[in-house]
Amino acid sequence: MTETSRSGTLPLTALRKGDVGVVVDVVDDGQMLGDSDGSTLARRLGELGFVPGADVEVVAVMWLGHDPLAVRVGGSTFALRGREAEQIRVRRT
Amino acid sequence: MNSAADALPDQRFALVGLPNCGKTALFNRLTGSHQKVANYPGVTVERKEGHFRGPSHRQYRVLDLPGVYSLRPTTLDEAITRDVVLGRLAGEAQPELVVLVADATHLALSLRLILDVKRLGVPMIVALNLSDVAKRRGYALDRERLAQELGVPVVETVAVASDGAEDLIAELERNATTARAMVSSDREVADVRATHAEAARILEVIGYRVPPRNRLLETADRLVLHPVAGMLLLGALLFFVFQAVFSWAAAPMDAIQAGVAVVAHWLTAVLPDGVLRSLLVDGILAGVGSVVVFLPQIIILFAFILALEDSGYLPRAAYLLDRVMGSVGLSGRAFIPLLSSFACAIPGIMATRTIPNLRDRLATIMIAPLMTCSARLPVYALLIAAFIPARAVGPFNLQGLVLFALYFAGIASALIVAFVMKRTMLKSAYHPLMLELPDYQWPNARNLAMGLWERVRIFMSRVGGVILSLMVLLWFLSSYPAPPAGAVGPAIEYSFAGMIGQALAVVFAPIGFNWQISIALVPGMAAREVAVAALGTVYSLSGSDDGVAGALAPMIAASWSLATALSLLAWYVFAPQCLSTLVVVKRETNSWRYPLLMAAYLFALAYGAAFLTYRLALAFGGG
Repeated sequence: MTETSRSGTLPLTALRKGDVGVVVDVVDDGQMLGDSDGSTLARRLGELGFVPGADVEVVAVMWLGHDPLAVRVGGSTFALRGREAEQIRVRRT
Repeated sequence: MNSAADALPDQRFALVGLPNCGKTALFNRLTGSHQKVANYPGVTVERKEGHFRGPSHRQYRVLDLPGVYSLRPTTLDEAITRDVVLGRLAGEAQPELVVLVADATHLALSLRLILDVKRLGVPMIVALNLSDVAKRRGYALDRERLAQELGVPVVETVAVASDGAEDLIAELERNATTARAMVSSDREVADVRATHAEAARILEVIGYRVPPRNRLLETADRLVLHPVAGMLLLGALLFFVFQAVFSWAAAPMDAIQAGVAVVAHWLTAVLPDGVLRSLLVDGILAGVGSVVVFLPQIIILFAFILALEDSGYLPRAAYLLDRVMGSVGLSGRAFIPLLSSFACAIPGIMATRTIPNLRDRLATIMIAPLMTCSARLPVYALLIAAFIPARAVGPFNLQGLVLFALYFAGIASALIVAFVMKRTMLKSAYHPLMLELPDYQWPNARNLAMGLWERVRIFMSRVGGVILSLMVLLWFLSSYPAPPAGAVGPAIEYSFAGMIGQALAVVFAPIGFNWQISIALVPGMAAREVAVAALGTVYSLSGSDDGVAGALAPMIAASWSLATALSLLAWYVFAPQCLSTLVVVKRETNSWRYPLLMAAYLFALAYGAAFLTYRLALAFGGG
């Protein structure tokens, strides 16, 4: 990753309603979901389609902290809480 | 025909797919009414199995597994699917084949799951579901090329069309002859990004084309998800559902009550006075009737819930309410069960099955009885009519305000209880929302009918089983022993229920209940409104329920203090006066732990609230 793209990345929560962007990275903070053989938060986000290079569009945001927000990715729409959305680093396009 | 069927061994297969891929609709299409719904042993995850015969008369047994995004589970439901597919779930045989249901309109997401499952070496058929919708909306893909790339059969299915599963059945028949038991495999699941790249490559070579999005639906979605407009729409919708549940159900409920009365009258006429007649009329008929009467409300309510769920609106409502519910530690999905509980806590508790996180679900179940169910209305109505003057307070009526305050007290205390529980015994680790908002679609009448029938069957079988036995027990307690010869008081006073009531009166004296109220509380355990009839019995009245209530109001107004009446109202906001609810909680949680806990905390709250109300009312001269 080049220095310029690194400085240009934002958490998904920084996007406003109607903004489009492209996923640069999904930060893995090791948060486990489910049992010991389960997915981590970052892994599950990847399984839903939040992988580097994927186009995202913020469809709706709730007031106060953009939590939760609704995002379109890969032809599907997902509601994410702020905690999840912050892990997704995007570049505005 | 029989010999042909006997010659072929049964084939067991499982339906695996993403949530919202139309998997359950396909299951309904394949199995029709040949379904069995139960729980997996020891957990609260619903197990749906069905069967059907193919053209060869081979019997197929289908398991409808919970929807998953991957074989790395994040919820109990997803863990069940993984364990069944891998043959790791005790007491559940590994299926011989997996039918992977893929949504043709969301192939990218489905493809990642297909690759995950395929990597396990599991025999698999891919069913491209919703292929009619995909074609109509302009999706394009090369099905044969997809089968080639995946190395597994790919068939098109249309779960909502009567012949929509024929290709799948034909393919099952072809595979059945060569099917062998699956090899359990724990091979490491590949990196998500690698799987994603592989899925993207396959989508490219099969020429998967997605049409431009429907502008109209997109605009609608912006409105539905808007923080203000969306909330107003949700409020209007909930108000409409509420109105419908109470007004449309009124006529059939009256009819059921009239029907029960006719049967009771007929039984009274044809049977000689005695134990059998009393058991049939006062025990079984009265008891079951008081529960069955809620069936119309339950049907209307679930018709709305299922239609909203099918249409794709429900997850959007959960999104809108996630912040409010989240502030007390609940999921946005808790609102539908809680809404249902205003009609009756039983369907509400049944509706908590849509909450994936077990602790969130338990917290929702625990507070469901605090929503003022319609069975409390007769009690409220009686006490308000007797003790609260119909005085105007500003633009409102004092009686209406008291009723509103009682509803509000229930909701407020539910939020507080949820808050406390989620911070103590039901503390859950961080649980994400990550909720898919599926495309809008018209609810399918057949699926709606089948879903409704399933709920009605569950409700009725519960009425038929444990609840019935409890009703009979309560009847026994209220009827025996018979009053001694020459007794002057009402018969119930001499019964076991009477003795329990007299003993309870000591306990209830500090909150202002006399022995008549204490006795009425015992049969009132069956269903809250039965307490009204029981009070009538204690005060030696007879006649129809309405007649009793009419004659009872002035009588209790004369003999109780205002403080006692207010205390009883406060008691009824919390009291677990409904054995049916506790039985359903036991069924849904598979343990006595939660119903006992529920009864204990509700009793404590009820006693505390009634005590406070009584003492305050006395202090302000309400004695």
